[in-house]
Amino acid sequence: MSASTTDPLLSIRDLRVHFATDDGMVRAVDGVSIDVGRGETVCVVGESGCGKTVTAMTVLKLIAMPPGRIAGGQILWQGRDLVPLKSDAMRSIRAKEIAIVFQEPMTSLNPVYTVGEQIAEVVRQQEKLGRRAAMDRAIEMLRLVHIPNAQRRAHDYPHQFSGGMRQRVMIAMALSCNPKLLIADEPTTALDVTIQAQILDLLAEMKERLGMAVMLITHAMGVVAEVAQRVVVMYAGKVVEEAPVRELFANPRHPYTQGLIRSIPRIDLAATHHHRLEAIPGTVPSLLNPPVGCRFAARCRYVTDACRAAEPPLREVAPGHKMACIL
Amino acid sequence: MLHYLIRRLMIAIPSLLGISVILFTVLALAPGDPFEELATNPAVPPDVRAHLRASLGLDDPIHLRYISWLTAMLRGEWGFSFVSRIPVEQLILQRLPTTVAVIGASQILALAIALPVGVYAATRPYSIFDQIANTLAFVGFSLPTFFTGLLLILLFSIQLDWLPFVFRTSIEATGWRWWWEMVRQSIMPVAVLGLFQGAAWTRFVRSAVLDVVRLDHVTTARSKGLPESRVTMRHVVRNAMIPVVTLVALQMPAVFGGAIVTEQIFRVPGIGSLLISAILANDTPVIMAVTFVFAGLVIFFNLLADVLYGWLDPRISYR
Ligand SMILES: Nc1ncnc2c1ncn2[C@@H]1O[C@H](COP(=O)(O)OP(=O)(O)O)[C@@H](O)[C@H]1O
Ligand code: SF4
Ligand SMILES: [Mg+2]
Repeated sequence: MSASTTDPLLSIRDLRVHFATDDGMVRAVDGVSIDVGRGETVCVVGESGCGKTVTAMTVLKLIAMPPGRIAGGQILWQGRDLVPLKSDAMRSIRAKEIAIVFQEPMTSLNPVYTVGEQIAEVVRQQEKLGRRAAMDRAIEMLRLVHIPNAQRRAHDYPHQFSGGMRQRVMIAMALSCNPKLLIADEPTTALDVTIQAQILDLLAEMKERLGMAVMLITHAMGVVAEVAQRVVVMYAGKVVEEAPVRELFANPRHPYTQGLIRSIPRIDLAATHHHRLEAIPGTVPSLLNPPVGCRFAARCRYVTDACRAAEPPLREVAPGHKMACIL
Repeated sequence: MLHYLIRRLMIAIPSLLGISVILFTVLALAPGDPFEELATNPAVPPDVRAHLRASLGLDDPIHLRYISWLTAMLRGEWGFSFVSRIPVEQLILQRLPTTVAVIGASQILALAIALPVGVYAATRPYSIFDQIANTLAFVGFSLPTFFTGLLLILLFSIQLDWLPFVFRTSIEATGWRWWWEMVRQSIMPVAVLGLFQGAAWTRFVRSAVLDVVRLDHVTTARSKGLPESRVTMRHVVRNAMIPVVTLVALQMPAVFGGAIVTEQIFRVPGIGSLLISAILANDTPVIMAVTFVFAGLVIFFNLLADVLYGWLDPRISYR
């Protein structure tokens, strides 16, 4: 656990989420622990299919149950476990205390209501404001996320906005009830590169203004370097490394983390050389029947017999720096 | 919007003309002659008969007959029935209210079943409720109306003698007794049509709702902390209504067509039975007019479907 967070805002402990499928049980999240302190920015990074989205959705209990099931662990929100909470109590936490922004801005808004209506809806629900006051707040939020002509644009429908603008709307909606934690699940993945940077800047600006904690999920190490304070690296449903951002980039210990860092596109090199990205060979193993031992073994250049024999536990290798590799 | 409607109506004109040409030709080529009866009637001298035929233009070439029919139609003269000598529009106006009432009531019944059952089943897929609803809908959809109609008559009219099985327009009673009799004789035709259509629409509502529940914006709605009922009504059902309403409107002409069978079974004196008796009697003006009314219905409901679609889905713009 990082030194700054004696009493974390959110503490996910040994979370296990299983999906029942026709082929069997998918262990999408298999013993994940993540802490987020007040006002802290934590990045969760890992390739596609590592269980990042499922972890994020489970915090707000937004996964479909069934087929999903929280098979174990705790989600402590300011010390209170959300796992056994009834749906009514859970609803009062959504958007009001923990808000979420999804990966796909093109499909995350309802096409039949104006963006103003959709933001006002959450304000009315959670802050018990009247129709007019809620709409005023919605317009104010749109202005906050730098949507030009917010007053007029509030009455436009989602299809009248570009992807980047829709993601701004999603962020405005997520922040409209002043949550203590914003979970952003790959908020820039679906966007053009230039727009990606704008959205990341916006998130940083919002954080500065409103002071909420941010759990930013991404598969791009480049993003991590820019925004994170602390980084959690996930692989195949597990946390494999966790460290403050400087420490992680200066001293990456897990071979998977090292691979991710090597795969960051480097603008300085790309311009001059014919620099090929060093992608990690192979793919994330199926979470249906994950291999015993280290899950990264099939792709690891340092693999030994010991790796395949038993799963390496997450251990502290330096203050605030944990990793799960025998090396 | 108005522009669009006008353009759509303009486009409808050639289709109506095409329909009328085909119909007119088919009817003209069909065997049978409305004057058959006169021809065999010895009381009518042959020269009188020939004179009559000439005055009605029956022996003119087909394109001349079509043009004179069309010009009369455009002037709003729908002609007279060969059989009853009553103006066709009067015949239709006599029959239309009954048909509209029976179909209207049955469609309200159908929607009153399909909407709640379809939505409830889709929000609990593969639950016991869903499986029972699915099975019943499948059965209801598979049984033809003439079969269920006869079954109901056998049961409620013949075995139990609770309901009349011939629909009467002239009921002697007045006041609430009249209404009571009307309701009693309408129950079976309305139930047969309504249950059949309700079964079909239940399946459609269910699949439309299932298509929406898995969309991302529904998860967004849940992440806002909205109660599940509000998520369902505002973010699932509202969106699922776009295809449902469109399909209901598009199917209406087919519903009118299907009602012909039911009207025959229960002897409902509606527009369907008018068409059938006109066909049996070679009553060309009536056949033409009724078919034309049906064609008009098709065009009207297509237009209505378009308008409703655009009204429900803000992504559609009419240009
Ligand atoms: N509803 C579901 N049913 C079955 N498997 C699922 C479901 N949702 C996610 N999974 C599985 O969980 C794993 C992790 O998915 P996800 O959390 O979306 O990964 P990430 O966000 O890291 O790309 C994947 O293998 C995926 O197939
Ligand atoms: S435990 Fe072995 S296989 Fe796994 S990452 Fe470390 S060296 Fe590689
Ligand atoms: Mg994901």
